[in-house]
Amino acid sequence: MLIKLTGGKVYDPEHGVDGEVRDIFIENGRIVSPEPNARVAHEYPVHGKVIMAGGIDPHSHIGGGKMTIARTMLPEDHMADPVARTDLTRAGVGHAVPSTMLTGYRYAEMGYTAAFEPAMLPANARQAHMEMADTSIIDKGAFVMLGSDDFFLRQLAGKKDFSAIKDYIAWTMHAAQAIAVKVVNPGGISAFKFNQRKLDLNEKHVYYGVTPRDIIVNLARGLKELGVVHPLHIHGCNLGVPGGYETTLDTIKGAEGLPIHLTHIQFHSYGTEGDLKFSSAAAPIAEAINTNKNVSCDVGQVMFGQTCTASGDSMRQFVTSRSATPKKWVVMDIECDAGCGVVPFKYRDKSFVNALQWAIGLELFLLINDPWRLFLTTDHPNGGPFTWYPHLIRLLMDKSFRNDMMQKINPDALKYSTLASLDREYTLYEVAIMTRAGPARSLGLKDRGHLGVGAWADITVYDDNPDREAMFTKPDLLFKNGELIVRNGKIVKVVNGATHVARPSYDPSIEKSLKPYFDDYITVRMDNFRLSDDEIINGGRGSLIIQPTRARAA
Amino acid sequence: MASEKSRNGANHYENVACPFCGILCDDLEIGPSGEGLKVLKNGCVKSVAGFERPLREPSPQVDGKDVSLDEAVAAAARLIKESRLPVFGGLGTDVDGIRAVMALAEKGAGIVDHALSEGQYRNFKVLQSSGWVLTTLTEARNRADLFIVAGADVHELHPRFFERIVCNEASMFSDNPPKRTVVFLGENLDQSAVKGKRIGEVVTIPTKPERIAEILDAMRAMNKGATISGDTIAGLPRATIEDLFARCKGANYGVIIWAPPSLAFPNADLTVQAISEFVKEINLTTRFAGLSLGGNEGATSASAVCSWQSGFPLRVSFVSGAPDYDPERYAANRLLAANECDLLLWLTSFSPDLMPPESDVPTIFIGQPGTKPSRTPKVFIPVGTPGVDHAGTMVRVDNVVSLPLRKLRDSKLPRAADVLEKIEAAL
Repeated sequence: MLIKLTGGKVYDPEHGVDGEVRDIFIENGRIVSPEPNARVAHEYPVHGKVIMAGGIDPHSHIGGGKMTIARTMLPEDHMADPVARTDLTRAGVGHAVPSTMLTGYRYAEMGYTAAFEPAMLPANARQAHMEMADTSIIDKGAFVMLGSDDFFLRQLAGKKDFSAIKDYIAWTMHAAQAIAVKVVNPGGISAFKFNQRKLDLNEKHVYYGVTPRDIIVNLARGLKELGVVHPLHIHGCNLGVPGGYETTLDTIKGAEGLPIHLTHIQFHSYGTEGDLKFSSAAAPIAEAINTNKNVSCDVGQVMFGQTCTASGDSMRQFVTSRSATPKKWVVMDIECDAGCGVVPFKYRDKSFVNALQWAIGLELFLLINDPWRLFLTTDHPNGGPFTWYPHLIRLLMDKSFRNDMMQKINPDALKYSTLASLDREYTLYEVAIMTRAGPARSLGLKDRGHLGVGAWADITVYDDNPDREAMFTKPDLLFKNGELIVRNGKIVKVVNGATHVARPSYDPSIEKSLKPYFDDYITVRMDNFRLSDDEIINGGRGSLIIQPTRARAA
Repeated sequence: MASEKSRNGANHYENVACPFCGILCDDLEIGPSGEGLKVLKNGCVKSVAGFERPLREPSPQVDGKDVSLDEAVAAAARLIKESRLPVFGGLGTDVDGIRAVMALAEKGAGIVDHALSEGQYRNFKVLQSSGWVLTTLTEARNRADLFIVAGADVHELHPRFFERIVCNEASMFSDNPPKRTVVFLGENLDQSAVKGKRIGEVVTIPTKPERIAEILDAMRAMNKGATISGDTIAGLPRATIEDLFARCKGANYGVIIWAPPSLAFPNADLTVQAISEFVKEINLTTRFAGLSLGGNEGATSASAVCSWQSGFPLRVSFVSGAPDYDPERYAANRLLAANECDLLLWLTSFSPDLMPPESDVPTIFIGQPGTKPSRTPKVFIPVGTPGVDHAGTMVRVDNVVSLPLRKLRDSKLPRAADVLEKIEAAL
């Protein structure tokens, strides 16, 4: 059945298309170029509307143990946003840590067709995938966490052959059904278990004697040589620490030109100027990112209001727990594998620190030149729930709106930021890069994030409303694999999204060292640790998309 | 999936995960024996009872009379449709079973609660009001040098916990790992499995579970530098508690274990909270963690799935169509005792002994085939056991690890999830 979207303004940065009026044809789930006289079965007149590929969120905590801890912990937040079932959709709750099905619905209603869980612990991968399986409509994928797990640290400390380290990285990606690898406070989560309270980039882990820098370089080089498309996804040392921007700059230098992705850099761009020893260092961070083309980043924008921070960074979250609002929090040491910390948080516009965090995030957006290396995130829910994206887009596209919002925040905060002096306004084309084309390219999603012939028809149609917040809040139409899912911001059909994975090759003999390790130390057998394809597919509840990797180098 | 070898032409399974307690040991070896299964290696009293229970395949029944599965499903759907307030209780099942319960409870506008949630709520109330610092099984196994067992009859709940987590000879961080101290806070707790070369001192501090909170509160005060007057704390010599506190301060990684089912007295959540606050505070200087056990009969899977799908751990009502949470009002036992509900769907697929409380409320009993309800249920549908009769997944008691369960034998017993989905479709 041939479907035609007629007369829309198309924003398809992957093909350099910037608002041209074009017709788009869909058949069998994909974008096609039909024969001139082919019969159109269904036509959607979308004259004057804005057409983009479906949104792709490359960093959003949507599934896994820490999210369900957060969900269980916050009944009072859920009670303000209960959602009843309909004949089509399931019941759930929204706001800071929405229930799984509702997470999918709300992403779709906002024009998104994929979201990626950035912090899946290998030991918790099975649960993370079960939660993602229950996240309706959207495609998903997960970055598996390495770098504080004892097997890797033992390899590094024991100066194991680098190919064995690569085999282990690749084995773990297979075992956990991941598309990429993340490192969180490299080595720091493990160091915290040995009662170390901070671990700077070049500081030695008290037991293993390795440094975060060693860990980053080995993982980044390993992924590059394995041919994994998405570079090492780094949540650096010293998150949230005033002066932490120096660690971020050193991390960029220390990467030795290897491809790296610095996540939620807003939390890693703090200086120490002023009476409160807290200031914006967005300018030097942006400059370093502009100069170093091997670096990409996402912002982790802070938005005002109640949310919940949920992170693998047990070391830093233990410190953050002092600011928990409401006063309850969880920190966990996990399985000789990782950790987590869940701390509810309320960002206040009248607070100097929170207002400055907000300003720093916006500065980073406005100072970093290349939207192909900068992705739009709030680090959901850490900086704020993903449902803030339309508001955030308006802040970036509308200088006068931004000025209005600046009037509402703590006025002292603006003294320590350059935000007020920045006039840049994002274009729709740049927004399409940051929210679709860029993440798809960075994650290596074949046939997604663009509108070229052959692409899967994940398509969002927006009203070209000058109020960009209203525009991006409620798309006119959303197609997922060519099926109409959302009309006028409301769900009209529910489907099960797929799971994106990447499978770099490895030498199976790595299991000869893994098996005794599991048998001797771990409370799960190696064979049970591994997630099978059947578990993801689960009788048709889910499906797998294996994204290509480049050839492995050695 | 785990390796499957054929030995003597019959099915022989290694690395089998056991669903019969919350620890989910996954190192069992199981083979055929006559008509049934036999636990060949790494068994315990619970796994042997569970896996070796003879296969029975009774017919579904309506009002005590044998009927087809379709007829039983139709009758169940009719009862739910006619009910003003159905309660979905028991919930002894795997992840897919709970998923199906949630969908059915939503559509049937009912309330969900697990048979063992009274214990779980001793924890949830703490998580929802103040939180904690926890560890997991592997971390405790390799790292802890001090274990404090706070009133939990661990050996009764989890017969292999001490063997696997406390008495293990190998440790990740030393070829000659130091001996461990194990402190029992309680009376008549089974210590028989705490033995072997890893075990150093075993200390018993006899106390009633009701007084554990006093001990922890006193240690919180000591940790803050307060002086405690009086010769006794919680009826024990002050020196005993000072000694315990010194052990906590001196440990590299202390782990305090509790089990909500063992804290069966009013307001026991305050005991969990005292433990948790002590652990949070001592972590300002040294490392320490809590470890909560229990989670038998699929309790952890039920609360995890209910949380991620509805936002609330259990005791959720879908009467209005949206999730409505009330940990007091929506307790299944209370609803049944007060006759506030007019239908009970009870689900138990692991143990034939997990019975609903006595009540006159008509019941749809979806059960392990050996269950013998005290009153004839309106509808009885026998189902298979996850990890025996069909594959599945369960969440371990530490809420981190989930394990795949395997089908070990052929049976005619359906999966609870399939039965529930059929009922939902017939609504």
